[in-house]
Amino acid sequence: MNTGYNFAYLDEQTKRMLRRAILKAVAIPGYQVPFGSREMPLPYGWGTGGIQVTAAVIGADDTLKVIDQGADDTTNAVSIRRFFARTTGVATTEKTVEATVIQTRHRIPETPLSDGQIMVYQVPIPEPLRWLEPRETETRKMHALADYGAMHVKLYEDIARYGHIATTYDYPVLVNGRYLMRPSPIPKFDNPKMDHSPALQLFGAGREKRIYAVPPYTSVKSLDFEDHPFEVQRWDQACALCGSTESFLDEVVTDDKGGRMYVCSDSDYCGERQKDQMQ
Amino acid sequence: MNALAPETGLLPGFSDPVAEAQKTFRAVLEATSRPGTIVTAPALPSAPAPLTPVAAALLLALVDYETPLWLDPAARQPAVEEYLRFHCGCPLVDEPSQAAFALVTDAQSMPPLSAFHLGSDEYPDRSTTLIIQVPNLDGGDNWRLKGPGIRDQAILSASHLPVCFKSWVRDNHALFPRGVDLLFAAPTQLAGLPRSTQLEG
Repeated sequence: MNTGYNFAYLDEQTKRMLRRAILKAVAIPGYQVPFGSREMPLPYGWGTGGIQVTAAVIGADDTLKVIDQGADDTTNAVSIRRFFARTTGVATTEKTVEATVIQTRHRIPETPLSDGQIMVYQVPIPEPLRWLEPRETETRKMHALADYGAMHVKLYEDIARYGHIATTYDYPVLVNGRYLMRPSPIPKFDNPKMDHSPALQLFGAGREKRIYAVPPYTSVKSLDFEDHPFEVQRWDQACALCGSTESFLDEVVTDDKGGRMYVCSDSDYCGERQKDQMQ
Repeated sequence: MNALAPETGLLPGFSDPVAEAQKTFRAVLEATSRPGTIVTAPALPSAPAPLTPVAAALLLALVDYETPLWLDPAARQPAVEEYLRFHCGCPLVDEPSQAAFALVTDAQSMPPLSAFHLGSDEYPDRSTTLIIQVPNLDGGDNWRLKGPGIRDQAILSASHLPVCFKSWVRDNHALFPRGVDLLFAAPTQLAGLPRSTQLEG
């Protein structure tokens, strides 16, 4: 553990500011609370929002897991995990069931979450209406009035053009029947896991300076239409390593002759299944 | 420097500020994200009467120079003001509607929830968070709670609150997404009642 920094890198006043923002975010599920995002020792887009939320939440008794696109062993996950190991000395793990705090970039673990766990999502663009309305003053008003017609029009245009809703990740959801929320760029495959999850879900966007939250057991509904209900991706293949037909699969190109294989994006889930099969 | 050199015997705050502030925040986070859950306060700093150790821990963990604090008349004691000014450095305000945090030590004579900052439709997060000291969390009417953070139903029974408190909470919820958020501080425990929680029956 590096003793040259305050616990979890940030100073206490910054943590208090973050904590107040987190509490208001939990009290207003899905609403984006502005906060004073600090400069972090890594660039925007690498999870500065998620790191600040984790730093405000984490304590000496926590066990931290960090995933990037489902995997524990990718660059972003390894460096963030090491960052917190160095600045807090907390235990880290790759096992979903052992973790009390899970910071994630773009996936929700396949293993069901449990009571008492906290998910921290890294968010690039928090505003679901941003590509439809660039002005912050206007989107803020649209949230105030719960005026989300524009998003339904966008999904309808997908249907008109492609015959189905073509949005596959960062699929907009309505939280607690009130706020339209970006679930961060998770595949829409993961959206159903957010609904009435027993875990507390916190979202941090560092560059955009917003924190939002979904408390446990809160309704998270993916937007859809009666005649075009929300559906998740399905694969014809099973995972080439563990044989799972339930998990989210990544396509891996294996040579330059068109060879490819499909493997679980969640490395912990896949590894545990392979271990079970060996026995 | 007189403000920093008290003559009345200033009480210390957290003994381990970083760890105790973090643990206290996690207790508040648990209470707010699971309304009705009674959480044991992890740190009980010494506090000048009528401020209780749990309420003091909440203020030490959450309040600083960015957050105007309103004290109810019973708490406006020189020792309390000195304690908060020294440890939190927060401005003390006279109007409940200007407060980011409010401390209620005598709930019986507290102003209605609508007197506090309720936030705006555009910025509902700017509303007041109330810390209400209560003698216990199992002696009052059983309120049945529903809403985010609650799987089926939760029960909260804070005691010694004004007669019309329940209707204030209902009116507060009806303002959603505006409204104040409540934290109840019992002698060793705390519970939360955010604006998103609905009272049944």
